[in-house]
Amino acid sequence: MHLYAQFIAPFADYGFMRRALIACLALALGSGPIGTFLVLRRMSLMGDAMSHAILPGAAIGFLVAGLSLWAMSLGGLAVGLAVALLAGLISRVTDLREDASLAGFYLISLAAGVLIVSLRGSNVDLLHVLFGSILSVDNEALLLVAGIASLTLVTLALIYRPLVAECFDPGFLRAVAGRGSLYHVIFLVFVVLNLVAGFQALGTLMAVGLMMLPAAAARFWAIEVWSLAALSVVMAFISGWAGLLISYHYDLPSGPAIILTAGLFYLGSILLGRYGSIRARFWPGAHFHEH
Amino acid sequence: MSKPAITITDLTVAYDRHPAVHHLSGTIAAGSLTAIVGPNGAGKSTLLKSIVGLMRPSEGTIRFTGLKSRDIAYLPQQAEIDRSFPITVADTVALGHWHKIGIWRAITGTHWVTVEDALEKVGLKGFGPRPVAQLSTGQFQRVLFARLLVQDTRLILLDEPFSAIDERTTADLMAIINFWHGAGRTVVAVLHDIDEVKSHFPDTLLMARELVAWGPTPEVLTDKNLHRARALSDTWALRQKLQTHDHGHHAQREEGTA
Repeated sequence: MHLYAQFIAPFADYGFMRRALIACLALALGSGPIGTFLVLRRMSLMGDAMSHAILPGAAIGFLVAGLSLWAMSLGGLAVGLAVALLAGLISRVTDLREDASLAGFYLISLAAGVLIVSLRGSNVDLLHVLFGSILSVDNEALLLVAGIASLTLVTLALIYRPLVAECFDPGFLRAVAGRGSLYHVIFLVFVVLNLVAGFQALGTLMAVGLMMLPAAAARFWAIEVWSLAALSVVMAFISGWAGLLISYHYDLPSGPAIILTAGLFYLGSILLGRYGSIRARFWPGAHFHEH
Repeated sequence: MSKPAITITDLTVAYDRHPAVHHLSGTIAAGSLTAIVGPNGAGKSTLLKSIVGLMRPSEGTIRFTGLKSRDIAYLPQQAEIDRSFPITVADTVALGHWHKIGIWRAITGTHWVTVEDALEKVGLKGFGPRPVAQLSTGQFQRVLFARLLVQDTRLILLDEPFSAIDERTTADLMAIINFWHGAGRTVVAVLHDIDEVKSHFPDTLLMARELVAWGPTPEVLTDKNLHRARALSDTWALRQKLQTHDHGHHAQREEGTA
Protein backbone atom coordinates (compact mmCIF):
# COMPACT_ATOMS: atom_id res chain seq x y z
CA MET A 1 0.00 0.00 0.00
CA HIS A 2 2.80 2.33 0.95
CA LEU A 3 4.73 1.48 -2.24
CA TYR A 4 1.60 2.05 -4.29
CA ALA A 5 1.17 5.52 -2.77
CA GLN A 6 4.82 6.33 -3.42
CA PHE A 7 5.30 5.07 -6.97
CA ILE A 8 1.95 4.52 -8.67
CA ALA A 9 -0.73 6.67 -7.08
CA PRO A 10 0.45 10.05 -8.41
CA PHE A 11 0.05 8.71 -11.96
CA ALA A 12 -3.22 6.90 -11.23
CA ASP A 13 -4.77 9.93 -9.58
CA TYR A 14 -3.75 12.77 -11.87
CA GLY A 15 -4.11 13.05 -15.64
CA PHE A 16 -1.31 15.59 -15.97
CA MET A 17 1.11 13.16 -14.29
CA ARG A 18 0.06 10.38 -16.68
CA ARG A 19 0.54 12.60 -19.70
CA ALA A 20 3.93 13.70 -18.38
CA LEU A 21 4.96 10.08 -17.91
CA ILE A 22 3.90 9.12 -21.44
CA ALA A 23 5.72 12.20 -22.78
CA CYS A 24 8.86 10.96 -20.99
CA LEU A 25 8.45 7.52 -22.56
CA ALA A 26 8.13 9.03 -26.04
CA LEU A 27 11.08 11.37 -25.46
CA ALA A 28 13.18 8.47 -24.18
CA LEU A 29 12.37 6.34 -27.24
CA GLY A 30 13.43 9.08 -29.65
CA SER A 31 16.25 10.77 -27.77
CA GLY A 32 17.96 7.62 -26.49
CA PRO A 33 19.08 6.28 -29.88
CA ILE A 34 19.79 9.79 -31.26
CA GLY A 35 21.95 10.56 -28.22
CA THR A 36 23.78 7.26 -28.66
CA PHE A 37 24.78 8.19 -32.20
CA LEU A 38 25.76 11.71 -31.10
CA VAL A 39 28.12 10.21 -28.51
CA LEU A 40 29.53 7.72 -31.01
CA ARG A 41 30.10 10.45 -33.60
CA ARG A 42 31.84 12.59 -30.97
CA MET A 43 29.16 15.22 -31.46
CA SER A 44 27.94 15.42 -27.85
CA LEU A 45 28.40 19.18 -27.71
CA MET A 46 26.71 19.53 -31.06
CA GLY A 47 23.43 18.48 -29.42
CA ASP A 48 23.91 21.18 -26.82
CA ALA A 49 24.61 23.83 -29.45
CA MET A 50 21.61 22.79 -31.52
CA SER A 51 19.31 22.96 -28.51
CA HIS A 52 20.22 26.62 -28.15
CA ALA A 53 19.91 27.22 -31.86
CA ILE A 54 16.20 26.33 -31.94
CA LEU A 55 15.39 29.08 -29.43
CA PRO A 56 14.96 32.03 -31.85
CA GLY A 57 12.69 29.92 -34.07
CA ALA A 58 10.52 29.05 -31.11
CA ALA A 59 10.62 32.69 -30.04
CA ILE A 60 9.48 33.91 -33.46
CA GLY A 61 6.66 31.37 -33.37
CA PHE A 62 5.79 32.68 -29.92
CA LEU A 63 5.89 36.27 -31.13
CA VAL A 64 3.57 35.52 -34.04
CA ALA A 65 1.09 33.16 -32.41
CA GLY A 66 1.64 33.31 -28.66
CA LEU A 67 2.09 30.06 -26.75
CA SER A 68 1.07 27.94 -29.73
CA LEU A 69 2.53 24.46 -29.87
CA TRP A 70 2.68 24.20 -33.64
CA ALA A 71 3.99 27.70 -34.35
CA MET A 72 6.80 27.33 -31.82
CA SER A 73 7.68 23.81 -33.00
CA LEU A 74 7.78 24.74 -36.67
CA GLY A 75 9.82 27.85 -35.93
CA GLY A 76 12.28 25.87 -33.80
CA LEU A 77 12.58 23.19 -36.45
CA ALA A 78 13.18 25.67 -39.28
CA VAL A 79 15.83 27.68 -37.46
CA GLY A 80 17.50 24.57 -35.97
CA LEU A 81 17.87 22.99 -39.41
CA ALA A 82 19.05 26.25 -40.93
CA VAL A 83 21.79 26.63 -38.30
CA ALA A 84 22.91 23.00 -38.68
CA LEU A 85 23.09 23.23 -42.47
CA LEU A 86 24.65 26.70 -42.52
CA ALA A 87 27.34 25.62 -40.05
CA GLY A 88 28.13 22.59 -42.22
CA LEU A 89 28.15 24.71 -45.37
CA ILE A 90 30.40 27.41 -43.89
CA SER A 91 32.92 24.81 -42.76
CA ARG A 92 33.01 23.44 -46.31
CA VAL A 93 33.46 26.72 -48.18
CA THR A 94 35.71 28.50 -45.68
CA ASP A 95 38.64 27.51 -43.49
CA LEU A 96 36.58 27.56 -40.29
CA ARG A 97 36.03 24.14 -38.74
CA GLU A 98 32.50 22.86 -38.24
CA ASP A 99 32.50 23.09 -34.44
CA ALA A 100 33.68 26.70 -34.50
CA SER A 101 31.17 27.79 -37.14
CA LEU A 102 28.40 26.00 -35.25
CA ALA A 103 29.39 27.77 -32.03
CA GLY A 104 29.24 31.08 -33.86
CA PHE A 105 25.79 30.45 -35.27
CA TYR A 106 24.21 29.09 -32.13
CA LEU A 107 25.45 31.98 -29.99
CA ILE A 108 23.92 34.43 -32.45
CA SER A 109 20.71 32.38 -32.41
CA LEU A 110 20.56 32.25 -28.63
CA ALA A 111 21.01 36.00 -28.26
CA ALA A 112 18.45 36.66 -30.99
CA GLY A 113 16.02 34.29 -29.30
CA VAL A 114 16.27 35.95 -25.88
CA LEU A 115 15.90 39.35 -27.55
CA ILE A 116 12.80 38.32 -29.48
CA VAL A 117 11.10 36.81 -26.42
CA SER A 118 11.79 39.93 -24.37
CA LEU A 119 10.21 42.10 -27.12
CA ARG A 120 6.86 40.75 -26.19
CA GLY A 121 6.51 38.24 -23.41
CA SER A 122 7.24 38.50 -19.74
CA ASN A 123 9.99 36.72 -17.86
CA VAL A 124 7.53 33.93 -17.14
CA ASP A 125 7.21 33.27 -20.89
CA LEU A 126 10.96 33.22 -21.28
CA LEU A 127 11.25 30.72 -18.45
CA HIS A 128 8.66 28.55 -20.16
CA VAL A 129 10.61 28.51 -23.41
CA LEU A 130 13.93 27.89 -21.69
CA PHE A 131 12.76 25.28 -19.20
CA GLY A 132 9.48 23.97 -20.63
CA SER A 133 6.79 22.49 -18.45
CA ILE A 134 6.29 18.78 -18.69
CA LEU A 135 3.38 18.93 -16.24
CA SER A 136 1.37 21.06 -18.64
CA VAL A 137 1.83 18.77 -21.64
CA ASP A 138 -1.57 18.44 -23.33
CA ASN A 139 -2.82 15.77 -25.72
CA GLU A 140 -1.75 17.78 -28.75
CA ALA A 141 1.82 18.10 -27.49
CA LEU A 142 1.80 14.43 -26.58
CA LEU A 143 0.84 13.57 -30.13
CA LEU A 144 3.69 15.68 -31.50
CA VAL A 145 6.27 14.10 -29.20
CA ALA A 146 5.00 10.58 -29.88
CA GLY A 147 4.90 11.25 -33.63
CA ILE A 148 8.50 12.45 -33.67
CA ALA A 149 9.61 9.45 -31.59
CA SER A 150 7.89 7.02 -33.98
CA LEU A 151 9.35 8.68 -37.05
CA THR A 152 12.80 8.66 -35.43
CA LEU A 153 12.71 4.94 -34.65
CA VAL A 154 11.47 3.98 -38.11
CA THR A 155 14.04 6.17 -39.88
CA LEU A 156 16.93 4.99 -37.71
CA ALA A 157 15.94 1.41 -38.46
CA LEU A 158 15.98 2.16 -42.19
CA ILE A 159 19.41 3.85 -42.23
CA TYR A 160 20.95 1.90 -39.33
CA ARG A 161 23.56 -0.02 -41.32
CA PRO A 162 25.04 2.89 -43.31
CA LEU A 163 24.85 5.15 -40.26
CA VAL A 164 26.86 2.69 -38.18
CA ALA A 165 29.31 2.12 -41.04
CA GLU A 166 29.74 5.85 -41.52
CA CYS A 167 30.54 6.44 -37.83
CA PHE A 168 32.95 3.53 -37.66
CA ASP A 169 34.77 3.66 -40.98
CA PRO A 170 33.66 6.59 -43.19
CA GLY A 171 36.25 5.86 -45.90
CA PHE A 172 34.93 2.33 -46.33
CA LEU A 173 31.31 3.42 -46.65
CA ARG A 174 32.15 6.08 -49.21
CA ALA A 175 34.22 3.61 -51.18
CA VAL A 176 31.45 0.97 -51.35
CA ALA A 177 28.31 3.08 -51.30
CA GLY A 178 29.29 6.66 -52.09
CA ARG A 179 27.58 9.63 -50.43
CA GLY A 180 27.96 8.95 -46.73
CA SER A 181 27.06 12.60 -46.15
CA LEU A 182 23.43 11.84 -47.08
CA TYR A 183 23.06 9.77 -43.90
CA HIS A 184 24.81 12.46 -41.91
CA VAL A 185 22.25 15.04 -43.06
CA ILE A 186 19.28 12.76 -42.34
CA PHE A 187 20.73 12.18 -38.90
CA LEU A 188 21.13 15.93 -38.26
CA VAL A 189 17.49 16.50 -39.21
CA PHE A 190 16.46 13.99 -36.56
CA VAL A 191 18.72 15.55 -33.94
CA VAL A 192 16.84 18.81 -34.45
CA LEU A 193 13.42 17.10 -34.58
CA ASN A 194 14.03 15.36 -31.26
CA LEU A 195 15.26 18.54 -29.64
CA VAL A 196 12.08 20.26 -30.80
CA ALA A 197 10.07 17.40 -29.28
CA GLY A 198 11.99 17.69 -26.02
CA PHE A 199 11.74 21.44 -25.85
CA GLN A 200 7.93 21.28 -25.57
CA ALA A 201 8.25 19.24 -22.43
CA LEU A 202 11.58 20.16 -20.92
CA GLY A 203 12.50 23.46 -22.56
CA THR A 204 15.43 24.18 -24.87
CA LEU A 205 18.01 24.03 -22.10
CA MET A 206 16.90 20.72 -20.61
CA ALA A 207 15.88 18.82 -23.75
CA VAL A 208 19.45 17.95 -24.57
CA GLY A 209 19.97 16.48 -21.09
CA LEU A 210 17.62 13.57 -21.69
CA MET A 211 19.42 12.99 -24.98
CA MET A 212 23.05 13.07 -23.81
CA LEU A 213 23.16 11.93 -20.18
CA PRO A 214 21.63 8.44 -20.65
CA ALA A 215 23.61 7.91 -23.87
CA ALA A 216 26.88 8.85 -22.17
CA ALA A 217 26.03 6.67 -19.16
CA ALA A 218 25.22 3.68 -21.39
CA ARG A 219 28.79 3.78 -22.75
CA PHE A 220 29.90 2.27 -19.43
CA TRP A 221 27.53 -0.71 -19.63
CA ALA A 222 27.11 -1.83 -23.24
CA ILE A 223 29.48 -2.59 -26.12
CA GLU A 224 27.27 -2.71 -29.19
CA VAL A 225 25.34 0.09 -30.86
CA TRP A 226 21.89 -1.50 -30.50
CA SER A 227 22.40 -2.35 -26.82
CA LEU A 228 23.74 1.15 -26.14
CA ALA A 229 20.63 2.64 -27.72
CA ALA A 230 18.28 0.29 -25.86
CA LEU A 231 19.96 1.00 -22.54
CA SER A 232 19.82 4.75 -23.20
CA VAL A 233 16.06 4.48 -23.74
CA VAL A 234 15.59 2.54 -20.49
CA MET A 235 17.70 4.95 -18.45
CA ALA A 236 16.03 8.00 -20.00
CA PHE A 237 12.59 6.61 -19.21
CA ILE A 238 13.47 5.68 -15.63
CA SER A 239 14.93 9.17 -15.20
CA GLY A 240 11.64 10.64 -16.39
CA TRP A 241 9.56 8.42 -14.10
CA ALA A 242 11.75 8.93 -11.02
CA GLY A 243 12.15 12.65 -11.75
CA LEU A 244 8.40 13.11 -11.94
CA LEU A 245 7.89 11.29 -8.62
CA ILE A 246 10.58 13.35 -6.90
CA SER A 247 9.06 16.50 -8.29
CA TYR A 248 5.59 15.40 -7.08
CA HIS A 249 6.53 14.28 -3.58
CA TYR A 250 8.96 17.08 -2.76
CA ASP A 251 7.28 19.86 -4.72
CA LEU A 252 10.30 20.50 -6.95
CA PRO A 253 10.35 21.69 -10.58
CA SER A 254 9.94 18.62 -12.78
CA GLY A 255 12.37 19.39 -15.64
CA PRO A 256 15.46 19.77 -13.45
CA ALA A 257 14.36 16.80 -11.31
CA ILE A 258 14.27 14.59 -14.43
CA ILE A 259 17.62 15.80 -15.76
CA LEU A 260 19.28 15.49 -12.35
CA THR A 261 18.04 11.91 -12.07
CA ALA A 262 19.59 11.22 -15.47
CA GLY A 263 22.70 12.92 -14.07
CA LEU A 264 22.74 10.44 -11.18
CA PHE A 265 22.69 7.58 -13.70
CA TYR A 266 25.60 9.22 -15.47
CA LEU A 267 27.69 9.75 -12.33
CA GLY A 268 26.86 6.28 -11.04
CA SER A 269 27.93 4.76 -14.36
CA ILE A 270 31.22 6.63 -14.34
CA LEU A 271 31.93 5.17 -10.89
CA LEU A 272 30.52 1.67 -11.19
CA GLY A 273 30.04 0.85 -14.87
CA ARG A 274 31.13 -2.47 -16.29
CA TYR A 275 33.42 -1.13 -19.03
CA GLY A 276 36.02 1.60 -18.64
CA SER A 277 34.60 3.04 -15.40
CA ILE A 278 36.59 4.05 -12.35
CA ARG A 279 35.72 0.74 -10.67
CA ALA A 280 36.71 -1.26 -13.78
CA ARG A 281 39.96 0.65 -13.92
CA PHE A 282 41.10 0.49 -10.31
CA TRP A 283 39.34 -2.65 -9.01
CA PRO A 284 39.12 -4.79 -12.11
CA GLY A 285 38.83 -8.13 -10.25
CA ALA A 286 40.76 -11.21 -11.27
CA HIS A 287 42.04 -11.13 -14.83
CA PHE A 288 41.13 -13.77 -17.38
CA HIS A 289 43.50 -16.56 -18.29
CA GLU A 290 43.35 -17.44 -21.94
CA HIS A 291 44.37 -20.82 -23.25
CA MET B 1 53.07 -7.47 -70.48
CA SER B 2 49.42 -8.14 -69.65
CA LYS B 3 46.53 -5.76 -70.28
CA PRO B 4 46.20 -2.56 -68.28
CA ALA B 5 43.63 -2.58 -65.47
CA ILE B 6 44.00 1.11 -64.62
CA THR B 7 45.18 3.82 -66.97
CA ILE B 8 46.12 7.14 -65.41
CA THR B 9 46.49 10.11 -67.72
CA ASP B 10 47.96 13.44 -66.66
CA LEU B 11 46.38 13.18 -63.19
CA THR B 12 46.44 16.18 -60.85
CA VAL B 13 44.66 16.07 -57.49
CA ALA B 14 44.76 19.13 -55.26
CA TYR B 15 43.78 20.13 -51.74
CA ASP B 16 42.90 23.79 -51.65
CA ARG B 17 44.76 24.38 -54.93
CA HIS B 18 47.91 22.73 -53.55
CA PRO B 19 48.49 19.72 -55.75
CA ALA B 20 49.14 16.49 -53.86
CA VAL B 21 49.45 14.55 -57.10
CA HIS B 22 50.85 16.48 -60.04
CA HIS B 23 50.53 15.55 -63.75
CA LEU B 24 51.00 11.84 -63.18
CA SER B 25 50.55 9.31 -65.98
CA GLY B 26 50.99 5.56 -66.27
CA THR B 27 49.26 2.18 -66.22
CA ILE B 28 48.74 -0.56 -63.66
CA ALA B 29 48.65 -3.93 -65.39
CA ALA B 30 45.88 -6.41 -64.64
CA GLY B 31 47.12 -9.02 -62.17
CA SER B 32 50.15 -6.97 -61.14
CA LEU B 33 51.41 -6.42 -57.60
CA THR B 34 52.48 -2.79 -57.31
CA ALA B 35 53.94 -0.80 -54.44
CA ILE B 36 53.52 2.98 -54.26
CA VAL B 37 56.54 4.53 -52.56
CA GLY B 38 57.68 8.07 -51.85
CA PRO B 39 58.61 10.55 -49.12
CA ASN B 40 56.04 11.81 -46.61
CA GLY B 41 53.45 14.06 -48.23
CA ALA B 42 54.30 12.67 -51.66
CA GLY B 43 50.63 12.17 -52.53
CA LYS B 44 50.64 8.37 -52.27
CA SER B 45 47.42 8.10 -50.24
CA THR B 46 45.82 10.80 -52.38
CA LEU B 47 46.58 8.80 -55.51
CA LEU B 48 44.98 5.73 -53.92
CA LYS B 49 41.92 7.72 -52.82
CA SER B 50 41.51 9.09 -56.32
CA ILE B 51 41.53 5.58 -57.75
CA VAL B 52 38.86 4.51 -55.21
CA GLY B 53 36.83 7.59 -56.12
CA LEU B 54 37.08 9.26 -52.71
CA MET B 55 38.75 12.33 -54.27
CA ARG B 56 38.02 13.95 -57.57
CA PRO B 57 40.87 14.84 -59.91
CA SER B 58 41.41 18.53 -60.67
CA GLU B 59 42.80 17.52 -64.04
CA GLY B 60 43.38 14.33 -65.97
CA THR B 61 41.59 11.00 -65.84
CA ILE B 62 41.69 7.55 -64.27
CA ARG B 63 40.24 4.89 -66.54
CA PHE B 64 39.45 1.29 -65.62
CA THR B 65 39.48 -1.55 -68.09
CA GLY B 66 36.90 -4.22 -67.33
CA LEU B 67 36.45 -3.07 -63.72
CA LYS B 68 33.34 -1.62 -62.13
CA SER B 69 33.33 0.25 -58.85
CA ARG B 70 32.11 -2.87 -57.03
CA ASP B 71 35.23 -4.72 -58.21
CA ILE B 72 37.40 -2.43 -56.08
CA ALA B 73 38.21 -3.00 -52.41
CA TYR B 74 39.99 -0.38 -50.34
CA LEU B 75 41.86 -0.61 -47.04
CA PRO B 76 41.95 2.84 -45.41
CA GLN B 77 44.71 3.91 -43.05
CA GLN B 78 43.93 2.76 -39.52
CA ALA B 79 43.99 6.35 -38.26
CA GLU B 80 40.86 7.04 -40.32
CA ILE B 81 38.85 4.37 -38.49
CA ASP B 82 37.33 4.78 -35.02
CA ARG B 83 38.79 1.73 -33.29
CA SER B 84 36.96 2.46 -30.04
CA PHE B 85 33.63 2.08 -31.86
CA PRO B 86 31.27 -0.47 -30.26
CA ILE B 87 31.10 -3.07 -33.03
CA THR B 88 32.02 -6.75 -33.03
CA VAL B 89 34.74 -8.34 -35.14
CA ALA B 90 32.14 -10.43 -37.02
CA ASP B 91 29.99 -7.39 -37.86
CA THR B 92 33.05 -5.50 -39.11
CA VAL B 93 34.05 -8.34 -41.41
CA ALA B 94 30.42 -8.80 -42.55
CA LEU B 95 30.50 -5.22 -43.90
CA GLY B 96 32.62 -6.75 -46.67
CA HIS B 97 29.37 -8.22 -48.05
CA TRP B 98 28.09 -4.68 -48.69
CA HIS B 99 27.44 -5.14 -52.40
CA LYS B 100 25.36 -8.24 -51.67
CA ILE B 101 23.48 -6.98 -48.59
CA GLY B 102 23.20 -3.26 -49.33
CA ILE B 103 21.40 -1.16 -46.77
CA TRP B 104 18.39 -3.35 -46.01
CA ARG B 105 18.99 -6.99 -46.93
CA ALA B 106 19.60 -9.48 -44.13
CA ILE B 107 22.98 -11.06 -43.47
CA THR B 108 22.20 -14.76 -43.81
CA GLY B 109 23.84 -18.01 -42.76
CA THR B 110 26.00 -18.37 -45.86
CA HIS B 111 27.27 -14.81 -45.40
CA TRP B 112 28.33 -15.65 -41.85
CA VAL B 113 30.11 -18.79 -43.08
CA THR B 114 32.23 -16.61 -45.41
CA VAL B 115 32.94 -14.29 -42.48
CA GLU B 116 34.11 -17.21 -40.30
CA ASP B 117 36.29 -18.56 -43.12
CA ALA B 118 37.90 -15.15 -43.64
CA LEU B 119 38.60 -14.81 -39.91
CA GLU B 120 40.24 -18.23 -39.91
CA LYS B 121 42.41 -17.29 -42.91
CA VAL B 122 43.75 -14.22 -41.08
CA GLY B 123 44.43 -16.24 -37.91
CA LEU B 124 41.52 -14.92 -35.85
CA LYS B 125 39.32 -18.01 -35.63
CA GLY B 126 36.74 -17.57 -32.89
CA PHE B 127 37.26 -13.80 -32.55
CA GLY B 128 33.87 -13.03 -34.14
CA PRO B 129 31.88 -12.03 -31.01
CA ARG B 130 34.64 -9.80 -29.59
CA PRO B 131 34.36 -6.01 -29.71
CA VAL B 132 37.03 -4.47 -31.97
CA ALA B 133 38.02 -2.09 -29.17
CA GLN B 134 39.70 -5.01 -27.39
CA LEU B 135 42.00 -5.83 -30.30
CA SER B 136 45.65 -4.86 -30.70
CA THR B 137 46.68 -2.81 -33.74
CA GLY B 138 47.94 -5.94 -35.48
CA GLN B 139 44.79 -7.92 -34.73
CA PHE B 140 42.64 -5.06 -35.98
CA GLN B 141 44.58 -4.99 -39.25
CA ARG B 142 43.93 -8.74 -39.57
CA VAL B 143 40.22 -8.00 -39.18
CA LEU B 144 40.36 -5.44 -41.98
CA PHE B 145 42.14 -7.98 -44.18
CA ALA B 146 39.37 -10.47 -43.39
CA ARG B 147 36.89 -7.86 -44.61
CA LEU B 148 38.90 -7.52 -47.84
CA LEU B 149 38.78 -11.32 -48.24
CA VAL B 150 34.99 -11.19 -47.86
CA GLN B 151 34.77 -8.37 -50.40
CA ASP B 152 36.53 -10.73 -52.80
CA THR B 153 37.28 -8.14 -55.50
CA ARG B 154 39.55 -8.11 -58.53
CA LEU B 155 41.30 -4.88 -57.57
CA ILE B 156 42.60 -4.38 -54.04
CA LEU B 157 44.01 -1.04 -52.86
CA LEU B 158 45.90 -0.97 -49.55
CA ASP B 159 46.89 2.25 -47.78
CA GLU B 160 49.87 1.59 -45.47
CA PRO B 161 48.80 -1.95 -44.59
CA PHE B 162 51.88 -2.62 -42.43
CA SER B 163 52.45 0.62 -40.53
CA ALA B 164 52.78 0.13 -36.75
CA ILE B 165 52.33 -3.62 -37.09
CA ASP B 166 54.56 -6.38 -35.68
CA GLU B 167 56.71 -8.61 -37.89
CA ARG B 168 54.65 -11.75 -37.54
CA THR B 169 51.41 -10.02 -38.51
CA THR B 170 53.17 -8.37 -41.43
CA ALA B 171 54.38 -11.77 -42.63
CA ASP B 172 50.89 -13.31 -42.30
CA LEU B 173 49.24 -10.42 -44.13
CA MET B 174 51.95 -10.49 -46.82
CA ALA B 175 51.01 -14.15 -47.37
CA ILE B 176 47.43 -13.06 -48.02
CA ILE B 177 48.63 -10.42 -50.50
CA ASN B 178 50.67 -13.11 -52.24
CA PHE B 179 47.59 -15.33 -52.32
CA TRP B 180 45.66 -12.55 -54.09
CA HIS B 181 48.55 -12.01 -56.49
CA GLY B 182 48.70 -15.75 -57.21
CA ALA B 183 44.96 -15.76 -57.92
CA GLY B 184 45.41 -13.07 -60.58
CA ARG B 185 44.02 -10.15 -58.56
CA THR B 186 45.46 -6.69 -59.08
CA VAL B 187 46.97 -5.36 -55.85
CA VAL B 188 48.27 -1.84 -55.23
CA ALA B 189 49.76 -0.94 -51.82
CA VAL B 190 51.17 2.27 -50.36
CA LEU B 191 54.27 1.28 -48.37
CA HIS B 192 57.09 2.83 -46.36
CA ASP B 193 59.58 0.03 -45.90
CA ILE B 194 61.84 -0.04 -48.98
CA ASP B 195 63.30 -3.47 -48.09
CA GLU B 196 59.82 -4.95 -47.89
CA VAL B 197 59.00 -3.56 -51.32
CA LYS B 198 62.24 -4.94 -52.77
CA SER B 199 61.59 -8.45 -51.47
CA HIS B 200 57.85 -8.78 -52.16
CA PHE B 201 56.60 -6.36 -54.81
CA PRO B 202 57.53 -6.95 -58.47
CA ASP B 203 56.45 -3.45 -59.58
CA THR B 204 56.93 -0.06 -57.96
CA LEU B 205 55.64 3.45 -58.51
CA LEU B 206 58.00 6.01 -56.96
CA MET B 207 56.49 9.46 -56.61
CA ALA B 208 57.01 12.82 -54.97
CA ARG B 209 53.83 14.53 -56.12
CA GLU B 210 55.21 14.07 -59.63
CA LEU B 211 56.11 10.68 -60.99
CA VAL B 212 59.77 9.81 -60.36
CA ALA B 213 59.88 6.30 -61.79
CA TRP B 214 57.43 3.47 -62.51
CA GLY B 215 58.23 -0.10 -63.54
CA PRO B 216 59.96 -3.24 -62.28
CA THR B 217 61.07 -2.67 -58.69
CA PRO B 218 64.87 -3.18 -59.17
CA GLU B 219 64.91 -0.56 -61.92
CA VAL B 220 62.82 1.92 -59.93
CA LEU B 221 64.35 1.75 -56.46
CA THR B 222 67.84 2.86 -57.40
CA ASP B 223 69.81 5.25 -55.19
CA LYS B 224 69.60 7.85 -57.91
CA ASN B 225 65.79 7.72 -58.13
CA LEU B 226 65.32 7.71 -54.35
CA HIS B 227 67.60 10.71 -54.08
CA ARG B 228 65.63 12.50 -56.78
CA ALA B 229 62.33 11.78 -55.01
CA ARG B 230 63.69 13.30 -51.82
CA ALA B 231 65.02 16.36 -53.62
CA LEU B 232 61.71 16.87 -55.44
CA SER B 233 59.79 16.57 -52.22
CA ASP B 234 62.01 19.20 -50.57
CA THR B 235 61.55 21.57 -53.49
CA TRP B 236 57.78 21.15 -53.28
CA ALA B 237 57.77 21.82 -49.56
CA LEU B 238 59.78 24.97 -50.13
CA ARG B 239 57.51 26.10 -52.95
CA GLN B 240 54.45 25.51 -50.84
CA LYS B 241 55.99 27.58 -48.07
CA LEU B 242 56.60 30.46 -50.47
CA GLN B 243 53.05 30.10 -51.82
CA THR B 244 54.28 30.59 -55.34
CA HIS B 245 52.54 27.66 -56.88
CA ASP B 246 49.61 28.80 -58.97
CA HIS B 247 48.89 27.80 -62.48
CA GLY B 248 45.17 27.60 -62.49
CA HIS B 249 44.34 24.42 -60.61
CA HIS B 250 40.87 24.74 -59.25
CA ALA B 251 40.42 24.34 -55.55
CA GLN B 252 39.42 20.88 -54.42
CA ARG B 253 38.57 20.30 -50.82
CA GLU B 254 38.18 16.91 -49.23
CA GLU B 255 38.65 15.51 -45.78
CA GLY B 256 41.71 13.39 -45.11
CA THR B 257 45.44 13.78 -45.47
CA ALA B 258 47.59 14.26 -48.50
